[in-house]
Amino acid sequence: MNIFKIIDEIQKIDGDAVDRLEHATRRHFMNRIGSKLAAVAVPTVFASVVNKAYAQSAGAIDILNFALTLEYLEDEFYQKGNAAAGLIPASDKTIFTQIGKHETQHVAFLKGALGAKAVAKPTFDFTGKGAFATVFTNYNTFLTVSHALEDTGVRAYKGQAGGLMGDPDLLQYALQVHSVEARHASIVRKLLGAATGKPEIKSWITGKAGAPEAVYAGDDNKVQGGVDLTGLAGKSDAAITEAFDEPLTKEQVLAIAGLFL
Amino acid sequence: MINNKNSQKDSDTKGGQESVLNRRLFLRSAGVATAVGTLALGACKDDDDDMVTPPTTTVDLGKDDVGILNYAYALEQLEAAFYEQVVKTPYMGITAAETAILTDIRDHEVIHRDFFKAALTAAAPTQIIPALEVDFSSIDFTNRAKVLGAAKLFEDTGVAAYNGAGKFIKNATYLTLAGKIVSVEARHAAAISDLITPKTADFASDTQIDPNGLDKAIPSATILAAVQPYLKTKISGANLPK
Repeated sequence: MNIFKIIDEIQKIDGDAVDRLEHATRRHFMNRIGSKLAAVAVPTVFASVVNKAYAQSAGAIDILNFALTLEYLEDEFYQKGNAAAGLIPASDKTIFTQIGKHETQHVAFLKGALGAKAVAKPTFDFTGKGAFATVFTNYNTFLTVSHALEDTGVRAYKGQAGGLMGDPDLLQYALQVHSVEARHASIVRKLLGAATGKPEIKSWITGKAGAPEAVYAGDDNKVQGGVDLTGLAGKSDAAITEAFDEPLTKEQVLAIAGLFL
Repeated sequence: MINNKNSQKDSDTKGGQESVLNRRLFLRSAGVATAVGTLALGACKDDDDDMVTPPTTTVDLGKDDVGILNYAYALEQLEAAFYEQVVKTPYMGITAAETAILTDIRDHEVIHRDFFKAALTAAAPTQIIPALEVDFSSIDFTNRAKVLGAAKLFEDTGVAAYNGAGKFIKNATYLTLAGKIVSVEARHAAAISDLITPKTADFASDTQIDPNGLDKAIPSATILAAVQPYLKTKISGANLPK
């Protein structure tokens, strides 16, 4: 990890960061971007710089902290949603209680694995700076944010698998969390499709359909293993894109997470 | 040839280099993987039409990354054949919504199967396993509970199989591909569970997910033993990495 990479990650979230950085020392820069970013992206990436220099599996620590940040986000989201009176219909309470339980378990598991190296929990804004103002008062809005967070989680873990190949145990844990997020995404998407009367929202992602747009960017890819699968087995483009979930890079995920910081 | 490309844009800029790299990786990991069993298969493979595989013949999945790809290909063959049958002979009382879900899943599994077939044919033409003969005689396809129960078994098994095999994959491209598929299997598993017991916690139940919030990861030997009753062809994962 080098400083340009770090700046690039930050700029994905804060487009003016580099301009301001040109006129500032790093310390000054960190003060100016404020506590929101400093709480997540900066400790994660700078911790990785420090750890890479001194620890064997620094790359793994970096990835685990990245995962922990996402799990903090999901865990607090469901804690708030499950506690909000009148938000989740009684018929769906069991589902969200189960999902929330898993996210709490993931946070505990990752914090346990990281020990003193775990990043602190950031402060979240689940309204997405106003885009989802009714997130804890309107069930459809809640479902929209929920499915976006789960699909982001699936794509984020997938994007980090390659980085854990040097640590087989951690890779397996990540895969075991990854498929749980996919189970969550499946059920929430089904609920969202039913609640909004949109049968085209299915348990699997069709093309790159979905909101927020950044969560689904690139999921319409049809080239797998170097082969363009268009027309494979006579199946539709929709089916081909549904059959493969695409990864997101850390930069893409941080940009999405930035909506909720 | 399998390349690490997540988008057409990537393929335009890096395709050539990666082809070379992956060929090297593949050659290194495949190495002298051609086992006696696979050679024997190579001999029968082209004669599927006029040769019935004797019951004593065992298909060896092979070793290293190609072995794992064959393992995935075998499981996808099983799933695809199952859902093809489900859609062809729907169970009694099937609803339109259920037909839509099961047809989607059928399509996904057929795509997975044909993708592995194409990828293995390109990357390891002498080591790809043949088409497997399935045995669904134990499944009553007219019975909703039996069909959905089998579907849940296959999906949960698929998830646990990919989760268990991931750490043995040496080529990052293959690992990512496995990752792209396993989450779709997990989506299927949850969707099927919700057909069986709607609005319960069964989409990710406490028997499936452990107290750390982790899904199952099961070794290939256990998985193969579990699916063998649904296959006429005997398959061996004895040489898979473990």
